[in-house]
Amino acid sequence: MADLSGLYQEVILDHNKRPRNFRVINEATAHADGYNPLCGDRVTLYLRMDGDKIGDVAFKGSGCAISTASASILTETLKGKTRTQAEELFERFHNLVTGEGAGDPATLGKLAVFSGVSEFPTRVKCATLVWHTLKSALAGDSEVEMSDDDSAEDQAAR
Amino acid sequence: MATATTREVTSRTSPAAPVFDVERIRQDFPVLHQQVHGKPLVYFDNAATSQKPLEVIDAERDFYLRDCANIHRGVHELAERATRKYESARDKVQRLLNAREAREIVFVRGTTEAINLVASGFGRRLLRPGDEVVITFMEHHSNIVPWQILRDENGVVLKVVPINDAGELIWEELEKLLGPRTRLVSLTHVSNVLGTINPVKRVTAAAHALNIPVLVDGAQAAPHLKVDVQDLDCDFYCFSSHKIFGPTGVGVLYGKASWLEALPPYQGGGDMIRSVSFEKTLYNVIPYKFEAGTPNIGATIGLGAAIDYVNRVGLEAIGRHEHDLLEYATEHLSQIPGLRIIGTAREKAAVVSFVLEGIHPHDIGTVVDQEGVAIRTGHHCAEPLTERFGVPATARASFAFYNTRGEVDRLVAAVEKTKALLG
Repeated sequence: MADLSGLYQEVILDHNKRPRNFRVINEATAHADGYNPLCGDRVTLYLRMDGDKIGDVAFKGSGCAISTASASILTETLKGKTRTQAEELFERFHNLVTGEGAGDPATLGKLAVFSGVSEFPTRVKCATLVWHTLKSALAGDSEVEMSDDDSAEDQAAR
Repeated sequence: MATATTREVTSRTSPAAPVFDVERIRQDFPVLHQQVHGKPLVYFDNAATSQKPLEVIDAERDFYLRDCANIHRGVHELAERATRKYESARDKVQRLLNAREAREIVFVRGTTEAINLVASGFGRRLLRPGDEVVITFMEHHSNIVPWQILRDENGVVLKVVPINDAGELIWEELEKLLGPRTRLVSLTHVSNVLGTINPVKRVTAAAHALNIPVLVDGAQAAPHLKVDVQDLDCDFYCFSSHKIFGPTGVGVLYGKASWLEALPPYQGGGDMIRSVSFEKTLYNVIPYKFEAGTPNIGATIGLGAAIDYVNRVGLEAIGRHEHDLLEYATEHLSQIPGLRIIGTAREKAAVVSFVLEGIHPHDIGTVVDQEGVAIRTGHHCAEPLTERFGVPATARASFAFYNTRGEVDRLVAAVEKTKALLG
Protein backbone atom coordinates (compact mmCIF):
# COMPACT_ATOMS: atom_id res chain seq x y z
CA MET A 1 0.00 0.00 0.00
CA ALA A 2 1.38 3.38 -1.00
CA ASP A 3 2.35 5.62 1.88
CA LEU A 4 1.70 9.37 1.80
CA SER A 5 4.86 10.13 3.77
CA GLY A 6 6.81 8.52 0.93
CA LEU A 7 5.30 11.05 -1.46
CA TYR A 8 5.23 14.12 0.78
CA GLN A 9 8.69 13.84 2.29
CA GLU A 10 9.99 16.61 4.50
CA VAL A 11 12.30 17.94 1.77
CA ILE A 12 9.44 18.14 -0.69
CA LEU A 13 7.14 19.88 1.78
CA ASP A 14 9.93 22.35 2.58
CA HIS A 15 10.61 23.15 -1.08
CA ASN A 16 6.90 23.61 -1.67
CA LYS A 17 6.56 26.04 1.22
CA ARG A 18 9.83 27.87 0.46
CA PRO A 19 10.70 27.31 -3.18
CA ARG A 20 14.27 28.19 -4.09
CA ASN A 21 15.07 30.32 -7.17
CA PHE A 22 11.46 31.41 -7.43
CA ARG A 23 12.13 34.44 -9.60
CA VAL A 24 12.37 35.75 -13.12
CA ILE A 25 15.76 35.93 -14.85
CA ASN A 26 15.74 39.18 -16.78
CA GLU A 27 18.82 38.36 -18.86
CA ALA A 28 17.56 34.88 -19.66
CA THR A 29 18.96 33.31 -22.83
CA ALA A 30 15.96 31.01 -23.00
CA HIS A 31 12.67 30.45 -21.28
CA ALA A 32 9.71 28.15 -21.70
CA ASP A 33 6.17 27.80 -20.36
CA GLY A 34 4.85 24.50 -19.14
CA TYR A 35 1.22 23.71 -18.46
CA ASN A 36 -0.57 20.59 -17.26
CA PRO A 37 -4.22 21.01 -18.28
CA LEU A 38 -5.26 17.95 -16.26
CA CYS A 39 -4.62 19.62 -12.92
CA GLY A 40 -3.82 23.26 -13.64
CA ASP A 41 -0.09 23.24 -12.82
CA ARG A 42 1.74 26.06 -14.60
CA VAL A 43 5.46 26.79 -14.64
CA THR A 44 7.74 29.19 -16.51
CA LEU A 45 11.37 28.18 -16.54
CA TYR A 46 14.14 30.74 -17.14
CA LEU A 47 17.66 29.80 -18.27
CA ARG A 48 20.85 31.79 -18.59
CA MET A 49 23.41 29.69 -20.39
CA ASP A 50 27.16 30.29 -19.97
CA GLY A 51 28.36 28.60 -23.10
CA ASP A 52 27.45 24.98 -22.57
CA LYS A 53 26.86 25.38 -18.83
CA ILE A 54 23.67 26.43 -17.09
CA GLY A 55 24.76 29.70 -15.49
CA ASP A 56 21.46 30.45 -13.82
CA VAL A 57 18.09 28.72 -13.72
CA ALA A 58 14.92 29.91 -12.03
CA PHE A 59 11.17 29.50 -12.25
CA LYS A 60 7.82 31.13 -11.65
CA GLY A 61 4.37 29.61 -11.67
CA SER A 62 1.70 28.03 -9.56
CA GLY A 63 0.94 24.43 -8.99
CA CYS A 64 0.66 21.55 -6.60
CA ALA A 65 3.22 20.70 -3.95
CA ILE A 66 4.91 18.09 -6.14
CA SER A 67 5.34 20.33 -9.17
CA THR A 68 6.55 23.27 -7.07
CA ALA A 69 9.07 21.19 -5.13
CA SER A 70 10.24 19.53 -8.32
CA ALA A 71 10.90 22.90 -9.93
CA SER A 72 12.69 24.20 -6.87
CA ILE A 73 14.96 21.18 -6.52
CA LEU A 74 15.62 21.17 -10.26
CA THR A 75 16.99 24.71 -10.10
CA GLU A 76 19.25 23.83 -7.18
CA THR A 77 20.50 20.67 -8.89
CA LEU A 78 21.14 22.05 -12.36
CA LYS A 79 23.00 25.27 -11.66
CA GLY A 80 26.47 24.80 -13.10
CA LYS A 81 25.64 21.59 -14.94
CA THR A 82 26.23 21.21 -18.65
CA ARG A 83 23.47 20.77 -21.18
CA THR A 84 24.38 17.09 -21.56
CA GLN A 85 24.41 16.52 -17.82
CA ALA A 86 20.97 18.14 -17.56
CA GLU A 87 19.55 15.90 -20.25
CA GLU A 88 21.01 12.82 -18.63
CA LEU A 89 19.51 13.80 -15.27
CA PHE A 90 16.13 14.23 -16.99
CA GLU A 91 16.26 10.61 -18.21
CA ARG A 92 17.19 9.34 -14.77
CA PHE A 93 14.59 11.52 -13.00
CA HIS A 94 11.91 10.30 -15.39
CA ASN A 95 12.85 6.68 -14.69
CA LEU A 96 12.88 7.38 -10.98
CA VAL A 97 9.36 8.77 -10.82
CA THR A 98 7.90 6.17 -13.16
CA GLY A 99 9.44 3.38 -11.12
CA GLU A 100 11.76 2.19 -13.84
CA GLY A 101 14.88 2.46 -11.71
CA ALA A 102 17.24 5.40 -11.83
CA GLY A 103 20.65 3.95 -11.24
CA ASP A 104 22.71 4.87 -8.23
CA PRO A 105 20.53 7.09 -5.97
CA ALA A 106 23.63 8.63 -4.40
CA THR A 107 24.45 10.42 -7.65
CA LEU A 108 20.92 11.84 -7.92
CA GLY A 109 21.38 14.06 -4.90
CA LYS A 110 18.21 15.71 -3.69
CA LEU A 111 16.28 14.43 -6.71
CA ALA A 112 16.13 11.05 -4.99
CA VAL A 113 13.39 12.33 -2.67
CA PHE A 114 10.95 11.98 -5.57
CA SER A 115 11.25 8.18 -5.57
CA GLY A 116 7.90 8.06 -3.75
CA VAL A 117 6.10 9.51 -6.78
CA SER A 118 6.33 6.13 -8.50
CA GLU A 119 3.72 4.84 -6.03
CA PHE A 120 1.29 7.58 -7.15
CA PRO A 121 1.04 7.32 -10.95
CA THR A 122 -1.46 10.18 -11.16
CA ARG A 123 1.22 12.54 -9.84
CA VAL A 124 4.03 11.61 -12.25
CA LYS A 125 3.15 14.45 -14.62
CA CYS A 126 3.29 16.90 -11.71
CA ALA A 127 6.87 15.90 -11.01
CA THR A 128 8.01 15.87 -14.62
CA LEU A 129 6.28 19.06 -15.83
CA VAL A 130 9.22 21.36 -15.02
CA TRP A 131 11.69 18.87 -16.54
CA HIS A 132 9.73 18.76 -19.80
CA THR A 133 9.68 22.54 -19.68
CA LEU A 134 13.45 22.59 -19.17
CA LYS A 135 13.97 20.34 -22.15
CA SER A 136 11.83 22.71 -24.19
CA ALA A 137 13.85 25.69 -23.10
CA LEU A 138 17.13 23.95 -23.91
CA ALA A 139 15.81 23.10 -27.36
CA GLY A 140 14.69 26.67 -27.97
CA ASP A 141 10.98 25.84 -27.89
CA SER A 142 8.90 28.19 -25.79
CA GLU A 143 5.93 26.04 -24.83
CA VAL A 144 5.16 22.64 -23.45
CA GLU A 145 1.79 21.18 -22.66
CA MET A 146 1.33 17.84 -21.00
CA SER A 147 -0.94 15.46 -22.88
CA ASP A 148 -2.56 12.14 -22.11
CA ASP A 149 0.17 10.14 -23.79
CA ASP A 150 3.85 10.45 -23.02
CA SER A 151 4.66 12.08 -26.32
CA ALA A 152 5.07 15.44 -24.56
CA GLU A 153 8.64 14.31 -24.10
CA ASP A 154 9.03 13.70 -27.81
CA GLN A 155 7.46 17.07 -28.60
CA ALA A 156 9.91 18.82 -26.32
CA ALA A 157 12.80 17.08 -28.05
CA ARG A 158 11.89 18.54 -31.43
CA MET B 1 -14.93 -7.38 3.68
CA ALA B 2 -15.82 -4.31 5.71
CA THR B 3 -18.96 -2.52 4.62
CA ALA B 4 -19.20 1.19 4.08
CA THR B 5 -21.84 1.29 6.82
CA THR B 6 -19.12 1.27 9.49
CA ARG B 7 -19.15 4.63 11.21
CA GLU B 8 -15.66 5.81 12.02
CA VAL B 9 -16.58 9.33 13.08
CA THR B 10 -19.57 10.34 15.13
CA SER B 11 -21.84 12.97 13.64
CA ARG B 12 -21.48 16.32 15.27
CA THR B 13 -25.13 17.26 14.93
CA SER B 14 -28.15 15.11 15.51
CA PRO B 15 -29.27 13.28 12.40
CA ALA B 16 -32.29 14.59 10.53
CA ALA B 17 -35.37 12.40 10.30
CA PRO B 18 -34.43 9.88 7.58
CA VAL B 19 -36.01 10.45 4.16
CA PHE B 20 -35.61 6.79 3.23
CA ASP B 21 -33.63 3.82 4.49
CA VAL B 22 -30.28 4.73 2.98
CA GLU B 23 -28.53 1.67 4.44
CA ARG B 24 -31.08 -0.55 2.72
CA ILE B 25 -30.51 1.31 -0.55
CA ARG B 26 -26.74 0.98 -0.25
CA GLN B 27 -27.20 -2.80 -0.27
CA ASP B 28 -28.33 -2.42 -3.88
CA PHE B 29 -24.93 -1.01 -4.87
CA PRO B 30 -22.21 -3.68 -4.68
CA VAL B 31 -19.42 -1.29 -5.67
CA LEU B 32 -19.87 0.78 -2.51
CA HIS B 33 -18.84 -2.09 -0.27
CA GLN B 34 -15.10 -2.16 -0.77
CA GLN B 35 -11.93 -0.91 0.84
CA VAL B 36 -9.69 1.67 -0.75
CA HIS B 37 -6.19 1.99 0.72
CA GLY B 38 -7.42 -0.02 3.68
CA LYS B 39 -10.44 2.18 4.41
CA PRO B 40 -14.10 1.84 3.43
CA LEU B 41 -14.77 3.61 0.14
CA VAL B 42 -16.54 6.94 0.25
CA TYR B 43 -17.67 7.73 -3.29
CA PHE B 44 -18.18 11.49 -3.69
CA ASP B 45 -17.55 11.78 -7.43
CA ASN B 46 -21.13 11.33 -8.64
CA ALA B 47 -20.99 14.35 -10.89
CA ALA B 48 -18.32 12.52 -12.89
CA THR B 49 -20.30 9.31 -12.99
CA SER B 50 -22.83 7.59 -10.77
CA GLN B 51 -22.87 4.08 -9.37
CA LYS B 52 -25.32 1.50 -10.69
CA PRO B 53 -27.73 -0.61 -8.67
CA LEU B 54 -27.53 -4.34 -9.20
CA GLU B 55 -30.80 -4.45 -11.10
CA VAL B 56 -29.39 -2.08 -13.74
CA ILE B 57 -26.29 -4.23 -14.11
CA ASP B 58 -28.55 -7.29 -14.31
CA ALA B 59 -30.82 -5.70 -16.92
CA GLU B 60 -27.91 -5.02 -19.24
CA ARG B 61 -26.42 -8.42 -18.55
CA ASP B 62 -29.78 -10.15 -19.10
CA PHE B 63 -29.98 -8.63 -22.54
CA TYR B 64 -26.78 -10.38 -23.51
CA LEU B 65 -27.74 -13.57 -21.67
CA ARG B 66 -31.22 -14.02 -23.09
CA ASP B 67 -32.42 -11.38 -25.56
CA CYS B 68 -29.39 -10.52 -27.61
CA ALA B 69 -30.44 -9.58 -31.12
CA ASN B 70 -30.40 -6.51 -33.30
CA ILE B 71 -33.41 -4.25 -33.10
CA HIS B 72 -35.99 -2.90 -35.54
CA ARG B 73 -35.19 -5.21 -38.39
CA GLY B 74 -35.67 -8.83 -37.43
CA VAL B 75 -38.80 -10.97 -37.56
CA HIS B 76 -37.54 -13.57 -35.13
CA GLU B 77 -38.43 -13.94 -31.46
CA LEU B 78 -35.22 -12.52 -29.97
CA ALA B 79 -35.28 -9.50 -32.26
CA GLU B 80 -38.87 -8.88 -31.20
CA ARG B 81 -37.96 -9.07 -27.49
CA ALA B 82 -34.89 -6.84 -27.91
CA THR B 83 -36.88 -4.25 -29.84
CA ARG B 84 -39.66 -4.26 -27.27
CA LYS B 85 -37.20 -3.69 -24.39
CA TYR B 86 -35.34 -0.99 -26.29
CA GLU B 87 -38.51 0.91 -27.19
CA SER B 88 -39.84 0.41 -23.69
CA ALA B 89 -36.78 2.31 -22.46
CA ARG B 90 -37.74 5.14 -24.81
CA ASP B 91 -41.22 5.23 -23.26
CA LYS B 92 -39.68 5.34 -19.79
CA VAL B 93 -37.55 8.33 -20.79
CA GLN B 94 -40.60 10.04 -22.26
CA ARG B 95 -42.46 9.63 -18.96
CA LEU B 96 -39.41 10.69 -16.93
CA LEU B 97 -39.22 13.96 -18.83
CA ASN B 98 -42.99 14.26 -19.34
CA ALA B 99 -42.45 14.68 -23.07
CA ARG B 100 -45.61 14.82 -25.14
CA GLU B 101 -44.61 11.99 -27.43
CA ALA B 102 -42.09 9.15 -27.42
CA ARG B 103 -40.92 10.20 -30.90
CA GLU B 104 -39.45 13.32 -29.29
CA ILE B 105 -36.90 11.13 -27.48
CA VAL B 106 -33.69 10.47 -29.43
CA PHE B 107 -31.13 8.04 -28.08
CA VAL B 108 -27.55 9.24 -28.54
CA ARG B 109 -24.20 8.39 -26.92
CA GLY B 110 -24.47 10.99 -24.19
CA THR B 111 -25.09 14.67 -23.47
CA THR B 112 -22.01 15.65 -25.46
CA GLU B 113 -23.29 13.93 -28.58
CA ALA B 114 -26.76 15.41 -28.05
CA ILE B 115 -25.39 18.95 -28.03
CA ASN B 116 -23.15 18.25 -31.01
CA LEU B 117 -26.14 16.87 -32.91
CA VAL B 118 -28.12 20.07 -32.38
CA ALA B 119 -25.12 22.32 -33.08
CA SER B 120 -24.30 20.46 -36.26
CA GLY B 121 -27.91 20.63 -37.45
CA PHE B 122 -28.20 24.32 -36.68
CA GLY B 123 -24.89 25.00 -38.36
CA ARG B 124 -25.74 23.18 -41.53
CA ARG B 125 -29.32 24.33 -41.96
CA LEU B 126 -30.33 27.23 -39.76
CA LEU B 127 -27.44 29.60 -39.07
CA ARG B 128 -25.79 32.25 -41.25
CA PRO B 129 -22.59 34.22 -40.56
CA GLY B 130 -23.27 36.88 -37.97
CA ASP B 131 -26.07 34.90 -36.31
CA GLU B 132 -25.65 34.66 -32.55
CA VAL B 133 -25.71 31.81 -30.06
CA VAL B 134 -25.91 32.61 -26.33
CA ILE B 135 -24.28 30.35 -23.72
CA THR B 136 -23.18 31.06 -20.14
CA PHE B 137 -19.94 31.37 -18.21
CA MET B 138 -20.67 28.22 -16.22
CA GLU B 139 -20.98 25.80 -19.12
CA HIS B 140 -19.22 22.46 -19.40
CA HIS B 141 -16.87 22.23 -22.38
CA SER B 142 -19.46 20.07 -24.15
CA ASN B 143 -21.73 23.12 -24.26
CA ILE B 144 -18.95 25.48 -25.31
CA VAL B 145 -16.81 23.75 -27.91
CA PRO B 146 -19.57 22.69 -30.36
CA TRP B 147 -20.60 26.35 -30.63
CA GLN B 148 -16.99 27.45 -31.02
CA ILE B 149 -16.74 25.06 -33.93
CA LEU B 150 -19.76 26.81 -35.46
CA ARG B 151 -18.05 30.12 -34.82
CA ASP B 152 -14.89 28.99 -36.58
CA GLU B 153 -16.63 27.24 -39.47
CA ASN B 154 -19.84 29.21 -39.96
CA GLY B 155 -19.02 32.70 -38.70
CA VAL B 156 -21.52 32.39 -35.85
CA VAL B 157 -21.05 34.87 -33.02
CA LEU B 158 -20.85 33.44 -29.52
CA LYS B 159 -22.21 35.47 -26.61
CA VAL B 160 -21.60 34.46 -22.99
CA VAL B 161 -23.84 35.39 -20.06
CA PRO B 162 -21.68 36.45 -17.08
CA ILE B 163 -22.16 35.13 -13.56
CA ASN B 164 -21.82 36.80 -10.17
CA ASP B 165 -19.41 35.78 -7.41
CA ALA B 166 -22.01 33.46 -5.90
CA GLY B 167 -22.12 31.56 -9.18
CA GLU B 168 -25.52 32.74 -10.40
CA LEU B 169 -26.45 34.06 -13.83
CA ILE B 170 -26.77 37.83 -13.91
CA TRP B 171 -30.30 38.18 -15.23
CA GLU B 172 -29.98 41.74 -16.55
CA GLU B 173 -26.93 40.74 -18.58
CA LEU B 174 -28.75 37.73 -20.00
CA GLU B 175 -31.64 39.90 -21.16
CA LYS B 176 -29.20 42.31 -22.81
CA LEU B 177 -27.69 39.46 -24.82
CA LEU B 178 -31.01 38.35 -26.34
CA GLY B 179 -31.18 40.32 -29.55
CA PRO B 180 -32.55 40.28 -33.09
CA ARG B 181 -29.74 38.01 -34.33
CA THR B 182 -29.91 35.52 -31.49
CA ARG B 183 -30.80 32.12 -32.94
CA LEU B 184 -30.38 29.87 -29.90
CA VAL B 185 -29.79 29.97 -26.17
CA SER B 186 -27.92 26.93 -24.82
CA LEU B 187 -27.44 26.66 -21.08
CA THR B 188 -26.92 24.16 -18.32
CA HIS B 189 -29.70 23.29 -15.91
CA VAL B 190 -27.29 22.49 -13.06
CA SER B 191 -23.59 23.47 -13.00
CA ASN B 192 -21.25 20.53 -12.45
CA VAL B 193 -18.77 22.78 -10.65
CA LEU B 194 -20.89 25.30 -8.77
CA GLY B 195 -24.01 23.23 -8.20
CA THR B 196 -26.05 26.25 -9.28
CA ILE B 197 -29.58 25.42 -10.43
CA ASN B 198 -30.41 27.84 -13.24
CA PRO B 199 -33.90 29.30 -13.72
CA VAL B 200 -34.29 27.52 -17.05
CA LYS B 201 -38.09 27.94 -17.17
CA ARG B 202 -37.70 31.70 -16.80
CA VAL B 203 -34.87 31.79 -19.36
CA THR B 204 -36.98 29.83 -21.84
CA ALA B 205 -39.94 32.18 -21.39
CA ALA B 206 -37.71 35.22 -21.98
CA ALA B 207 -36.15 33.65 -25.06
CA HIS B 208 -39.47 32.50 -26.50
CA ALA B 209 -40.87 36.01 -26.15
CA LEU B 210 -38.27 36.88 -28.82
CA ASN B 211 -38.79 33.67 -30.83
CA ILE B 212 -35.46 32.27 -29.71
CA PRO B 213 -35.27 28.50 -29.06
CA VAL B 214 -33.56 27.08 -25.99
CA LEU B 215 -31.41 23.99 -25.42
CA VAL B 216 -31.01 22.87 -21.82
CA ASP B 217 -28.05 20.69 -20.77
CA GLY B 218 -29.61 18.49 -18.10
CA ALA B 219 -26.67 16.15 -17.45
CA GLN B 220 -26.38 17.15 -13.78
CA ALA B 221 -30.08 17.82 -13.30
CA ALA B 222 -31.96 14.72 -14.47
CA PRO B 223 -30.43 12.48 -11.75
CA HIS B 224 -31.34 14.86 -8.96
CA LEU B 225 -34.58 16.69 -9.68
CA LYS B 226 -37.87 16.24 -11.49
CA VAL B 227 -37.68 17.52 -15.06
CA ASP B 228 -40.89 18.36 -16.91
CA VAL B 229 -39.98 19.47 -20.43
CA GLN B 230 -43.54 20.57 -21.18
CA ASP B 231 -43.57 22.75 -18.10
CA LEU B 232 -40.12 24.14 -18.91
CA ASP B 233 -41.23 24.48 -22.54
CA CYS B 234 -37.60 24.19 -23.66
CA ASP B 235 -36.99 23.17 -27.26
CA PHE B 236 -34.22 20.68 -26.50
CA TYR B 237 -33.21 18.88 -23.31
CA CYS B 238 -30.36 16.42 -22.96
CA PHE B 239 -28.89 14.13 -20.33
CA SER B 240 -26.60 11.10 -19.97
CA SER B 241 -27.49 7.63 -18.72
CA HIS B 242 -24.29 7.16 -16.78
CA LYS B 243 -25.06 10.06 -14.48
CA ILE B 244 -28.55 8.81 -13.64
CA PHE B 245 -27.37 5.44 -12.33
CA GLY B 246 -27.48 3.81 -15.74
CA PRO B 247 -24.70 2.42 -17.92
CA THR B 248 -22.24 4.51 -19.92
CA GLY B 249 -22.60 4.76 -23.67
CA VAL B 250 -26.13 6.10 -24.02
CA GLY B 251 -27.83 9.44 -23.52
CA VAL B 252 -30.95 11.29 -24.48
CA LEU B 253 -31.79 14.26 -26.66
CA TYR B 254 -35.35 15.44 -26.18
CA GLY B 255 -36.51 17.78 -28.93
CA LYS B 256 -39.92 19.20 -29.70
CA ALA B 257 -41.22 17.27 -32.71
CA SER B 258 -41.24 20.37 -34.91
CA TRP B 259 -37.57 21.01 -34.14
CA LEU B 260 -36.47 17.43 -34.73
CA GLU B 261 -38.28 17.52 -38.04
CA ALA B 262 -36.59 20.77 -39.00
CA LEU B 263 -33.06 19.55 -38.29
CA PRO B 264 -31.17 17.55 -40.93
CA PRO B 265 -29.91 14.05 -40.07
CA TYR B 266 -26.73 13.95 -37.99
CA GLN B 267 -25.22 10.67 -39.09
CA GLY B 268 -26.15 8.68 -42.15
CA GLY B 269 -26.48 4.92 -42.28
CA GLY B 270 -28.87 2.12 -41.55
CA ASP B 271 -32.10 2.58 -39.62
CA MET B 272 -32.28 6.33 -40.22
CA ILE B 273 -33.58 5.75 -43.72
CA ARG B 274 -36.89 4.63 -45.18
CA SER B 275 -35.51 3.59 -48.51
CA VAL B 276 -32.16 3.80 -50.26
CA SER B 277 -31.25 3.94 -53.90
CA PHE B 278 -28.29 5.62 -55.52
CA GLU B 279 -30.63 8.13 -57.08
CA LYS B 280 -32.62 9.07 -54.01
CA THR B 281 -32.70 8.17 -50.33
CA LEU B 282 -35.68 8.91 -48.10
CA TYR B 283 -34.97 9.59 -44.45
CA ASN B 284 -36.89 7.90 -41.70
CA VAL B 285 -39.36 9.61 -39.42
CA ILE B 286 -38.27 11.02 -36.07
CA PRO B 287 -36.70 9.93 -33.82
CA TYR B 288 -35.19 7.22 -36.01
CA LYS B 289 -33.88 9.84 -38.43
CA PHE B 290 -31.25 10.55 -35.78
CA GLU B 291 -30.49 6.97 -34.78
CA ALA B 292 -28.17 5.63 -37.45
CA GLY B 293 -26.55 2.24 -37.02
CA THR B 294 -26.87 -0.28 -34.25
CA PRO B 295 -27.17 1.53 -30.94
CA ASN B 296 -25.89 0.50 -27.52
CA ILE B 297 -28.93 -1.73 -27.03
CA GLY B 298 -27.82 -3.29 -23.74
CA ALA B 299 -26.97 0.06 -22.17
CA THR B 300 -30.28 1.58 -23.28
CA ILE B 301 -32.17 -1.28 -21.65
CA GLY B 302 -30.00 -0.62 -18.58
CA LEU B 303 -31.03 3.02 -18.67
CA GLY B 304 -34.65 1.93 -18.63
CA ALA B 305 -33.98 -0.13 -15.51
CA ALA B 306 -32.21 2.84 -13.92
CA ILE B 307 -35.24 5.05 -14.51
CA ASP B 308 -37.46 2.39 -12.91
CA TYR B 309 -35.13 2.33 -9.90
CA VAL B 310 -35.05 6.11 -9.53
CA ASN B 311 -38.85 6.27 -9.79
CA ARG B 312 -39.15 3.67 -7.02
CA VAL B 313 -36.86 5.61 -4.70
CA GLY B 314 -38.61 8.80 -5.78
CA LEU B 315 -36.99 11.94 -7.14
CA GLU B 316 -38.66 14.04 -4.48
CA ALA B 317 -37.20 11.92 -1.70
CA ILE B 318 -33.85 11.92 -3.49
CA GLY B 319 -33.94 15.70 -3.62
CA ARG B 320 -34.61 16.02 0.09
CA HIS B 321 -31.92 13.52 1.09
CA GLU B 322 -29.32 15.22 -1.12
CA HIS B 323 -30.31 18.67 0.08
CA ASP B 324 -29.68 17.57 3.65
CA LEU B 325 -26.25 16.26 2.65
CA LEU B 326 -25.49 19.53 0.87
CA GLU B 327 -26.39 21.62 3.90
CA TYR B 328 -24.50 19.32 6.28
CA ALA B 329 -21.39 19.27 4.11
CA THR B 330 -21.49 23.02 3.49
CA GLU B 331 -21.81 23.70 7.20
CA HIS B 332 -18.95 21.43 8.26
CA LEU B 333 -16.55 22.21 5.44
CA SER B 334 -17.08 25.95 5.97
CA GLN B 335 -15.84 25.54 9.52
CA ILE B 336 -12.38 24.53 8.31
CA PRO B 337 -10.15 27.65 8.46
CA GLY B 338 -8.79 28.64 5.07
CA LEU B 339 -11.43 26.68 3.15
CA ARG B 340 -13.45 28.61 0.58
CA ILE B 341 -16.50 27.15 -1.12
CA ILE B 342 -16.77 28.00 -4.81
CA GLY B 343 -20.42 28.20 -5.78
CA THR B 344 -22.77 29.66 -3.21
CA ALA B 345 -25.92 30.17 -5.26
CA ARG B 346 -29.21 30.37 -3.42
CA GLU B 347 -30.48 27.38 -5.39
CA LYS B 348 -27.98 24.56 -5.49
CA ALA B 349 -27.77 20.87 -6.24
CA ALA B 350 -25.67 18.62 -4.03
CA VAL B 351 -22.24 19.64 -5.35
CA VAL B 352 -19.58 21.31 -3.20
CA SER B 353 -16.50 22.72 -4.89
CA PHE B 354 -13.87 24.19 -2.64
CA VAL B 355 -10.30 25.41 -2.38
CA LEU B 356 -7.93 25.38 0.58
CA GLU B 357 -5.63 28.32 1.10
CA GLY B 358 -2.03 27.48 0.30
CA ILE B 359 -2.81 23.91 -0.74
CA HIS B 360 -3.33 22.90 -4.34
CA PRO B 361 -6.47 20.87 -5.08
CA HIS B 362 -4.39 18.12 -6.63
CA ASP B 363 -2.66 17.59 -3.31
CA ILE B 364 -6.02 17.60 -1.51
CA GLY B 365 -7.25 14.89 -3.88
CA THR B 366 -4.23 12.65 -3.25
CA VAL B 367 -4.37 12.88 0.55
CA VAL B 368 -8.13 12.45 0.62
CA ASP B 369 -7.87 9.45 -1.71
CA GLN B 370 -5.47 7.80 0.73
CA GLU B 371 -8.26 8.10 3.29
CA GLY B 372 -10.57 6.15 0.98
CA VAL B 373 -12.54 9.22 -0.12
CA ALA B 374 -13.06 9.79 -3.84
CA ILE B 375 -13.43 13.40 -4.90
CA ARG B 376 -12.47 15.10 -8.12
CA THR B 377 -9.89 17.84 -8.56
CA GLY B 378 -9.11 20.01 -11.53
CA HIS B 379 -11.20 22.31 -13.68
CA HIS B 380 -13.95 19.72 -14.26
CA CYS B 381 -14.17 20.42 -17.99
CA ALA B 382 -15.10 24.02 -17.24
CA GLU B 383 -11.86 25.91 -17.64
CA PRO B 384 -13.41 29.37 -18.23
CA LEU B 385 -15.31 28.94 -14.99
CA THR B 386 -12.41 28.05 -12.69
CA GLU B 387 -10.43 30.88 -14.25
CA ARG B 388 -13.26 33.32 -13.56
CA PHE B 389 -13.01 32.45 -9.87
CA GLY B 390 -9.27 33.03 -9.94
CA VAL B 391 -8.30 29.49 -9.01
CA PRO B 392 -6.19 27.00 -11.01
CA ALA B 393 -8.50 24.19 -9.99
CA THR B 394 -10.99 23.16 -7.33
CA ALA B 395 -11.67 20.08 -5.28
CA ARG B 396 -15.22 18.86 -5.77
CA ALA B 397 -17.44 16.55 -3.73
CA SER B 398 -20.71 15.59 -5.42
CA PHE B 399 -23.37 13.55 -3.67
CA ALA B 400 -26.03 11.02 -4.60
CA PHE B 401 -28.87 9.38 -2.72
CA TYR B 402 -26.68 6.53 -1.49
CA ASN B 403 -24.29 8.86 0.35
CA THR B 404 -24.59 9.51 4.09
CA ARG B 405 -23.75 12.14 6.67
CA GLY B 406 -21.22 9.74 8.13
CA GLU B 407 -19.41 9.78 4.81
CA VAL B 408 -19.37 13.58 4.85
CA ASP B 409 -17.69 13.35 8.27
CA ARG B 410 -15.00 11.17 6.66
CA LEU B 411 -14.43 13.82 3.99
CA VAL B 412 -14.15 16.60 6.55
CA ALA B 413 -11.64 14.57 8.57
CA ALA B 414 -9.64 13.85 5.43
CA VAL B 415 -9.53 17.54 4.49
CA GLU B 416 -8.35 18.39 8.01
CA LYS B 417 -5.64 15.75 7.65
CA THR B 418 -4.59 17.40 4.38
CA LYS B 419 -4.26 20.73 6.16
CA ALA B 420 -2.15 19.15 8.90
CA LEU B 421 0.18 17.53 6.40
CA LEU B 422 0.56 20.28 3.81
CA GLY B 423 -0.67 23.48 5.43
